[in-house]
Amino acid sequence: MSATQQFSPVAKLEQKTVVDLILKGKRVDERGPLDYRPLTIMLGTVEKANGSAYVYLGKTKVLAGIKVETGTPFPDTPDEGILTVNSEFVPLASPTFEAGPPNENSIELARVVDRGIRESKAIDLKKLCIDPGKKVFMVFVDVYVLDHDGNLIDAAAMAALGALVSAKMRAFEVHNGELKYKDEKIPLPMLNYPVPTTSVKIDGTIVLDPCLEEEQVMSCRLTVTTDKDDKVCAMQKGGLGVFTPDEVKQIVSTSISKSRDLREKILSKVK
Amino acid sequence: MRNDPAVKLIDSKGLRVDGRRLDELRPIKMEVGILDKANGSAYIEHGKNKILAAVYGPREAHPKHIALADRAVVRCRYHMAPFSVDERKSPAPSRRELELSKVIRESLEPAIMSEYFPRATIDIFIEVLQADAGTRCAGITAASLALADAGIPMRELVAACAAGKIEGKVILDLSDIEDKKGEADLPVALLPKSNVISLIQMDGSLSDEEFRQALDLSTDACRKIYEMQREALKLKYHIVRDGTEDKEEMAEVKA
Repeated sequence: MSATQQFSPVAKLEQKTVVDLILKGKRVDERGPLDYRPLTIMLGTVEKANGSAYVYLGKTKVLAGIKVETGTPFPDTPDEGILTVNSEFVPLASPTFEAGPPNENSIELARVVDRGIRESKAIDLKKLCIDPGKKVFMVFVDVYVLDHDGNLIDAAAMAALGALVSAKMRAFEVHNGELKYKDEKIPLPMLNYPVPTTSVKIDGTIVLDPCLEEEQVMSCRLTVTTDKDDKVCAMQKGGLGVFTPDEVKQIVSTSISKSRDLREKILSKVK
Repeated sequence: MRNDPAVKLIDSKGLRVDGRRLDELRPIKMEVGILDKANGSAYIEHGKNKILAAVYGPREAHPKHIALADRAVVRCRYHMAPFSVDERKSPAPSRRELELSKVIRESLEPAIMSEYFPRATIDIFIEVLQADAGTRCAGITAASLALADAGIPMRELVAACAAGKIEGKVILDLSDIEDKKGEADLPVALLPKSNVISLIQMDGSLSDEEFRQALDLSTDACRKIYEMQREALKLKYHIVRDGTEDKEEMAEVKA
């Protein structure tokens, strides 16, 4: 069952400082309301994975790894490969993370990342079919949260995208349903590049890319994922507050333009 | 599956597979107070969706360590019956159900005056008996009625409805086939009096302009659903007050 979550009492004491700054148009880390934290992305850091990306978003650190394996397709999509997104909130990343099965926050994060990739049709899953109804490639995206300083969804989705665009799988041929690998490596069949941006509402003010202190005082957040054609492909609201329709429309427009810069930055890393 | 040219979702007259106009809701029936043991309950039929919602509480938090000193803990479980969909669904909670339980809780909590009940829990149970697209929205609409029926102080009711896109057109209240073959789904929950959004999710593909249209369409529909919710509540308490409570007369509000 999903239950109201308790914030740490420290957050309540810090609340005033963070809120007061935001009301003055400033932020705890001296950014403007619609500024993103510095984004650093390193591709291919884990050689044993088919693809990997290490993302620093301010002090938030997320590692995503791709594994490509073969398996049986879903009955309703017999000629399509399978995409699976998982996330781990590993206990070394935050005093509030505990070892064990994924909690609702971790599941929500993985599902929002998944939705962006799936709905923008980022991967051409039809090209990952080996033998319709019998054998397909399965692309596993595993997101590892290593240091939690806020806005995990954006960091995770950008790590996932970076890992996917840089991933290599063995080239293959199919003869009468038989899979034969070739020597060279090929990239995954990518068609689109979804990038999310998350905004939060704090005391009536909207700010982009919240750090942890800001997340602890936010009333609610809205993640908007947009694709290479500026189409919105996924959205998710979280938190116990509410947005006015106009705030939502404003956030969507801001997200569309902000995602362009971030997408360019990620894609520029891929040779 | 999407963009399958063999299936026409809008006919030459501009009507949808089930004969609706693009901006038309499915028929909705709501009934309040239909379970005996729950503190509050409601049943909704939204198109072919059939959903029960029940509220227990405020009651003592159990286990005790989950209690909060300054407010009630709101708990929510969204669950689909194994027979509610075409292929049997395992009764174990799926990742989808876990996510929906969270977003549904977050859509209802802004309306609940949980600060009146420190150390207590308010438990919301939503059981989908038959699913036909739009279960989270219909579940929120029903759960909000069940909360009111349980006598829990609320700022206002929460009404929910989805909009989406099929064959390039923005439409209201997707049915199952429209959800599967269509191009976008945008579920929205609204607190209609203060005109604020407590749930919004989206999947598919919408331009900025299409998104704005879809959002306006769904919030307008939420306001219509809100009127039906009021009627359903009034009907129950009207009957109780007159002392004419009778199974035959029990609230049936048609859209």
